[in-house]
Amino acid sequence: MTKWLEENTPKLVLAPSFVIVLIFVYGFIAWTAWVSLTRSRLLPKYEIEGFIQYDRLFASPRWDTAFSNLFVFGFLFIVIAMILGLILAILLDQNIRTEGAIRTIYLYPMALSMIVTGTAWKWILNPGLGLEATVRGWGFENFTFDWLVNPDMAIYTIVIAAIWQSSGFVMALFLAGLRSVDQEIIKAAQVDGIPTWRVYTAIIIPSMAPIFLSAFIVLSHLAIKSFDLVIALTGGGPGYATDLPATYMYAMAFSRGDIGQAASSAMIMMMVVFAIVVPYLYSELRSKDD
Amino acid sequence: MTDMSYTSTRSGNSAGKIALRWGLYLMLGLFALFYLMPLFVMVTTSFKSLEEIRTGDLISLPREVTLDAWRTAWSGACTGIQCEGVRPFFWNSVQIAIPAVFISTLIGALNGYVVAQWRFKGANLFFALMLFGCFIPFQVVLLPMARMLGLMGLAGTIPGLIFVHVIYGLGFTTLFFRNYYVSIPSELTKAAKVDGAGFFRIFWSVFLPLSLPIIVVTVIWQFTQIWNDFLFGISFSQAGTQPVTVALNNIVNSTTGIKAYNVDMAAAIIAALPTLFVYVVAGKYFVRGLTAGSVKG
Amino acid sequence: MAPILEINNLYKNYGSVEILKDINVAIEQGDFLVLVGPSGCGKSTLLNCIAGLEPITKGSMAIGGQDMTNVSPKDRDIAMVFQSYALYPTMTVAKNITFGMKVRGIDPAIQEEKLTYVAQQLQIEPLLKRKPGQLSGGQRQRVAMGRALVRDPKLFLFDEPLSNLDAKLRVEMRTEIKALHQRLGASMVYVTHDQIEAMTLATKIVVMKAGVIQQIGTPAEIYNRPANLFVADFMGSPAMNLIPAKTKANGNGMQIEIARKDGDPIMLTDTRNQDLPENVIIGVRPEDIADASSVRSGDAQEADCLIDIVEPAGADTFAVMQLGGKHVTARLHSETTAAAGAAQRLAFDLGKVSYFEPETGLRLN
Repeated sequence: MTKWLEENTPKLVLAPSFVIVLIFVYGFIAWTAWVSLTRSRLLPKYEIEGFIQYDRLFASPRWDTAFSNLFVFGFLFIVIAMILGLILAILLDQNIRTEGAIRTIYLYPMALSMIVTGTAWKWILNPGLGLEATVRGWGFENFTFDWLVNPDMAIYTIVIAAIWQSSGFVMALFLAGLRSVDQEIIKAAQVDGIPTWRVYTAIIIPSMAPIFLSAFIVLSHLAIKSFDLVIALTGGGPGYATDLPATYMYAMAFSRGDIGQAASSAMIMMMVVFAIVVPYLYSELRSKDD
Repeated sequence: MTDMSYTSTRSGNSAGKIALRWGLYLMLGLFALFYLMPLFVMVTTSFKSLEEIRTGDLISLPREVTLDAWRTAWSGACTGIQCEGVRPFFWNSVQIAIPAVFISTLIGALNGYVVAQWRFKGANLFFALMLFGCFIPFQVVLLPMARMLGLMGLAGTIPGLIFVHVIYGLGFTTLFFRNYYVSIPSELTKAAKVDGAGFFRIFWSVFLPLSLPIIVVTVIWQFTQIWNDFLFGISFSQAGTQPVTVALNNIVNSTTGIKAYNVDMAAAIIAALPTLFVYVVAGKYFVRGLTAGSVKG
Repeated sequence: MAPILEINNLYKNYGSVEILKDINVAIEQGDFLVLVGPSGCGKSTLLNCIAGLEPITKGSMAIGGQDMTNVSPKDRDIAMVFQSYALYPTMTVAKNITFGMKVRGIDPAIQEEKLTYVAQQLQIEPLLKRKPGQLSGGQRQRVAMGRALVRDPKLFLFDEPLSNLDAKLRVEMRTEIKALHQRLGASMVYVTHDQIEAMTLATKIVVMKAGVIQQIGTPAEIYNRPANLFVADFMGSPAMNLIPAKTKANGNGMQIEIARKDGDPIMLTDTRNQDLPENVIIGVRPEDIADASSVRSGDAQEADCLIDIVEPAGADTFAVMQLGGKHVTARLHSETTAAAGAAQRLAFDLGKVSYFEPETGLRLN
């Protein structure tokens, strides 16, 4: 008995977590998937009816907006944050004496809650009293910056706030990447008389491909999960101009009482994440096994 | 460190080099302004009176510093029908974060220890399942979790929120500890086994004392995640058990009375203070946590 | 008395891969057993099986006459020294050494007494309060030994304990381990890939390859009478010369014919061996080929050989030539007159020669 216990302690220690993950992650995904195939409304029903919820979803103009917003927001957010992060990393990589302080400044927004970020930017972008009023106060009477209340432009305010929050993190990733490049290669290039910018474009940046991939994964994951920022900054408005799948799902689940729609939109989000993360995780785990 | 300076001494004259250097610092400075501006605006606005906000501009310093907005934000602002400021919700967040961080870190440490040092058939599968759990969008578990909490009698309670945060934090805590322990040679475990120590003794006497850096990283990561969480907070709480982020959002979006931007800003700063404090004190570990899961090690 | 360690028909598989096949070894109290072989031969796995750190697939094992096949490491009365030393990084040297006793709940006074004794033995008293990170490689090695010694076990296990040390320190520690073994009279099992370590330390050597024992014997047996081509090639430096040759019976023994690149074959006569097959591989240690002028042994047979390369190595000078299509090394005196490109009269000592079957690689004589 003690012998058995001794041999199986590791398994016993892992068992509760295993059961929890099985139920609360995979079981729950299965539950949501199941319910997304039923006619559930206010209360869940368990008779499978096929893809009616998904038909409803893609027929809904609100979901249409939310889903296309995801791609507009996701694309701009990821591309700009990566470019900005890379530029900042390269600038900081030039033997800057105050590097530590500057890095701290660039990165602190990552420590803030998205709700705090949203609250701050909501105030700054407020057309009545914020940036617009300030610039007008400086004498530019015709200056307008009303993106926050303009249904066509509001989504871009979310892009701005999200970039403000996350680009410092991308910078930190890239900076670590820049410094992990083999210094001997760089020295060899310098001895060969290759100009600094060419060293970056031809040697350093190409060798950071895995970091670009990681940054892409993390940022796209952030984009898909974006919920708090929208709620705090625009509340999904004006109208539902800035809805994202995450806010759509929440609205269906907790304010509209439409469980079927909530479940099916959650499943679509899940699939988008799958499409990006699964190949990545698969290759990561494979390379670790080798 | 990438030392690029001596290339430029070779390629340019020294005046050009100095200009380039100034340009570099100017750019860095401008970016620093971009990142600091919102914080600056938040802080100055929170010290202004509503009067001044309506008449002045966004980036001017307060003419008259007043703490009224802070007082209101802490103990008087309305979050819906309740008007007690963020204070009770701040304590809710503390009560949620501390046990959730502690429990998830402890379990994560044990899990990571098993996966890294006591490999057995299926341990890798377990780790893959765990790792994948880090990436799911939580929307996909919201509905069943709400029902489960109801069944467990934990709906709308602080223990319920602790439970949720522990469960969905386990993936990351396990990942952190596993990656840390996997770099410790397995001979250490073998030596301790030959010395007569068992599973828990080895963990306690050999591995835990080695783990301070990763414990700090994990605790900071979990604390930041849980403190800043909004989705679980708004989905699984009710009036009275809401965390500070939810209360902040309610204050900002509350429709009763006039918009008090100074109070909003003060409340936002209060909500951000704990994580900002952690960031300033232990920024190194914070960044390590952020990059831990994303840089190939 | 029962053997201190006895392994019977041990098999070890990882999944479908056989790591160890039918291992049978026994050693007596006071033996110093060395498991030697190239990396991947299974020697470390075998040691881990002896320690109980790896379960075995089939077979049985006894330590001190008691069956230990399914006993956990802590109850086997063994101590182990690891390649990376595996010192507990957060504990002081003293705590590292006493940890095992502390876990077993031994009286602190006795712990202290044993610690003092071991520290004295290994001359590490000044280090007791330090942490492993503050020690040099050699000092860590000593502490790792101390941790094993203090336990006073039935059996010591060493897993390549010297391979992380630099060359000079390695030789010093090797001598020290040997001295320790003689002083304590303890039983030891020692894994190494270094055949010189094996030769110098062992009272009994097990040569392994691909999970199979190739030969068990004393260092002299292994060196002088290797059981097959693998052992012949692996043990000894420079390696034994393995030269294809043809044999023919003549009146008073076997005539051995070794082809040469240019010129007539070398003809030697072996009077001690009979009935060799026509094709053999003849194994000659470099020291059994010497300058003809310096040899008096009756078995020596002389031949003129064209020397390709001369490598002075201090005490000896190695001369390399081509025989039977192979590079053949001779160990000559440092004062030899041999010169590259010139012929030299060499004497082949057939008294200690080995013959192998070319197909199976097995020893013939």
